[in-house]
Amino acid sequence: MTITVPGATDTAAPGGAPAGGLAAHQVSVAYGGQRVLDRVDLHIAPGETVGLRGPSGSGKSTLARVLALLHAPDSGHVTIDGQPLGGVRHRLPAALRTRVAVLFQSPRAATDPRLSLADIVAEPLRATGTPREQAAARAAELADLAGLTPDLLTRRPHAVSDGQLQRACLARALVHRPDYLLCDEATAMLDASTQAHVAAVIGDYQRRQGAGVLVITHDPALMARWATRVVDLPTA
Amino acid sequence: MTDLALPARVRRLRRPGSVGTTVAVVVLAGVVAAALLAPILWPLDQSAVDLSRTRLAPSPEHLAGTDDLGRDVAVRSLYGLRVSLLVGAVAALVAAVIGGLVGAVAGSVGGWVDRALMRVVDTVAALPHLLLGIFIVAMLRPSLGAVIASIALTHWLSTARIVRSELLSLRNRPFVDAAISGGAGRVRVLTRHLLPHVLPRLALATTLMVPHAVWHETALSFLGLGLPPHLASIGNMINDGQRSLLTGAWWASIVPGLLLVAATLALAVLTGRWRDRLDPRVRAELHL
Repeated sequence: MTITVPGATDTAAPGGAPAGGLAAHQVSVAYGGQRVLDRVDLHIAPGETVGLRGPSGSGKSTLARVLALLHAPDSGHVTIDGQPLGGVRHRLPAALRTRVAVLFQSPRAATDPRLSLADIVAEPLRATGTPREQAAARAAELADLAGLTPDLLTRRPHAVSDGQLQRACLARALVHRPDYLLCDEATAMLDASTQAHVAAVIGDYQRRQGAGVLVITHDPALMARWATRVVDLPTA
Repeated sequence: MTDLALPARVRRLRRPGSVGTTVAVVVLAGVVAAALLAPILWPLDQSAVDLSRTRLAPSPEHLAGTDDLGRDVAVRSLYGLRVSLLVGAVAALVAAVIGGLVGAVAGSVGGWVDRALMRVVDTVAALPHLLLGIFIVAMLRPSLGAVIASIALTHWLSTARIVRSELLSLRNRPFVDAAISGGAGRVRVLTRHLLPHVLPRLALATTLMVPHAVWHETALSFLGLGLPPHLASIGNMINDGQRSLLTGAWWASIVPGLLLVAATLALAVLTGRWRDRLDPRVRAELHL
């Protein structure tokens, strides 16, 4: 189903939206004098896959960053399960931040070039106090799920392909078992087989955990296959 | 890609050692080794004078002649260089720690803290640093510690700016966003993801500061604000030697001056090469 509503984007969002889920309410963002989001609403229910599309510069990635609790909107707010959040980034507790994971478009920019792939996957667990052995075991399990062979885990980002690196990013994103996963053109730089594998792993995770997923993509075929509901984001 | 297709600078850096680099390594290693081993090879009583051997020209017995108190200029120059290098290295290190801390706080906290700290940096930078250094030394008792404090307190600004600007460029990168999203706290993000990227630049800035700090120490000693006059330091020796210049004993100030130029120039050449290799464009072309 495709919903296109200029201005206020998502008709399934606030107002008539259920209390559960991740939602943006009347979110506006401007960079300098340039407004990129203008009173946008978006709601992602648990277990739902929402597709977000729009022309380049329409603010899709900015909206994803707002929903990922990484960017403070100029006005409006974000709620999780109906609870308004009073800040972004380090102003929120780690337990709340880890409920929303992001899969970025460029795996190379999204990984610390100094760390091995095993460390990249295990890092969120180490950062939240998980003992080294447990973190390594969980990272190995997820790396296997994402299709990374053990020999790749010892390599650093510069020694693997974009596809292999995005698999590591996917494993990292799932390591805390997030309730919501935001995929910001996460498959744009991947070949067809890696794209299919990433989509399959996310779909399987979503079925098991009942996670809500936001998919941002310019690929109509992928959007049609993946998203259960599509939201158009007009240029602000 | 053949070597000839690469830019000249990249070709130069690809070679294991250019002539300039080799000369710099040999000069620096030789000078530093001689300065470090001087107390073992040529023990010296710093206060001993021999008025029967004043202003002797360079000879096999006194390679750089003697000064107007009959002291061997070559040996005293090596002792002086020990002091200059020690002061330069320690002052640069202390300045890097102060600047690194200020830059780390400004760059990672941001907001009004960043603005306030940067105004402090701008204010200190607006003061002539030699005059400020002289003021600091004058406030303290003349000693090695006072000279180091004077140089460190006037030279931390550049490292603060470097660390801050590096952190500002790093802190909104997607890999830092991913770390924050993954639950990393402020300290974890700073120590695990930000500072390791800043440290090579900080180390380079510190090393580049050493020759500058050495010259600063020399200037203070030359002005009579450094070490006590009887202790060998390059600045003291150049200051003492200028009196001998009028009597034709050029070696008393020229030799310590040349030694200082050789050591600091070699250090500057080597750190310049290091800086080139840290340049991301060069690193990409070198496949580092």
